[in-house]
Amino acid sequence: MSQRPITEDDLHAYVDRVLEPERQVEVASYLEAHPDVAKRVTAFSDQRDLLRTALAPIADEPLPAELNLSRIIENRRRRRSPAWWAVAAMLLVSIGGISGWIARGSMEVPSSGLAALAQEAAYSYNVYAPDRVRPVEIRASDSAQLVQWASNRLHQPVKVPDLATAGYRLMGGRVVATSHGPAAMFMYDDDHGERLVVLTRPMATDQGAPMTPQRSGDVAGFAWADGGMGYSLVGQSPTEALRPIANEVRRQARTI
Amino acid sequence: MNDMLLQVEPLIPALRRYARALVRNHATADDLVQDCLERAVSRWHQRREGDARPWLFTILHNLAVNQFRQAKTRGQHVTIEETSESDLGEDAVQERKLMYQDVLNKLARLPEDQRAVLLLVAVEDLSYADAAKVLNIPVGTVMSRLSRARERLQQEIEGTANPPSANVVPLRSLK
Repeated sequence: MSQRPITEDDLHAYVDRVLEPERQVEVASYLEAHPDVAKRVTAFSDQRDLLRTALAPIADEPLPAELNLSRIIENRRRRRSPAWWAVAAMLLVSIGGISGWIARGSMEVPSSGLAALAQEAAYSYNVYAPDRVRPVEIRASDSAQLVQWASNRLHQPVKVPDLATAGYRLMGGRVVATSHGPAAMFMYDDDHGERLVVLTRPMATDQGAPMTPQRSGDVAGFAWADGGMGYSLVGQSPTEALRPIANEVRRQARTI
Repeated sequence: MNDMLLQVEPLIPALRRYARALVRNHATADDLVQDCLERAVSRWHQRREGDARPWLFTILHNLAVNQFRQAKTRGQHVTIEETSESDLGEDAVQERKLMYQDVLNKLARLPEDQRAVLLLVAVEDLSYADAAKVLNIPVGTVMSRLSRARERLQQEIEGTANPPSANVVPLRSLK
């Protein structure tokens, strides 16, 4: 029987008890013949046992209230739909008619400018980013087709920002509907599956506006406008982590 | 939501153990775990299919790394707690308690990346492939780091470790 040579990796896998049974036997007989190596391996096994026993009590401690998952889920639900919102909605319904209709305006989404653009980007994020099956209409591999489609529909030359330096890959994009006409949406992800959305469309108001942070529920990011085109970058990362990426999108968009 | 509760809740004790062993501060560790759980809840729908374990450990590990980094740039140190006896098993005999305390203090002397890989593999039972995912490194690097971590911890235990600045020569031969 010819046997594969024993590697260091085998020794660690032996210590961690993840070898196939046959290999386990081979390593064990190797160790019998090599007492020096066996001594080291025994020492590693002892370390492992000692660490596990020493740390085991932590996992047995009762969980504090802050780490109660049901509570975390509940808090989040409450934050998203605060009680006052429900009360206000009920009031509106009961008052009804004209007064309700008028009050409605104040709760509506911003109707124009950067805030509206960021809101539209957040809508796109909420709809498409969780989509496991078809988050984008045209994949990154056909990005030329995507650019052509978006440019035709927006009547503007559109460029897909390259965010590789920030660790984000283009997944693809699509043309999406907004109350201001078609917009181009590009989606990116990183190695951890974090997704970002860049939305761009021509602006009726705020044709040139400095970059400002925006938030809508869980989704946050930045919006700005340059030369009549509005841009918004949103995601679920901390807002400040998105700022350099937004700067990069703006820099690249200016070179169209 | 129910699905998330079923998959995530049983893992919280292990996340806590990993966080505490990694940052060695009770309060900081629990804050990290809380942060991790909040993120997990809000991003559950973005999770790629499969086991929730490596996914959760990845979130937690990245938060811990950010925490280390911030503490460094602010010039602050996370206070390292000496293991108190209450952290250890009630019924363990005194001598064993001291032994456990001692190995944890020695573990704390390992560089962060070595400590992380040793904890994930040897204590949390992650496969080498999952540990590679959590640490965002190739499996080969997991193996070499694990090897260095074990050699280094052994030197600490035997009292032959060089001062932290001196690099440990890995005894691992190439495959």
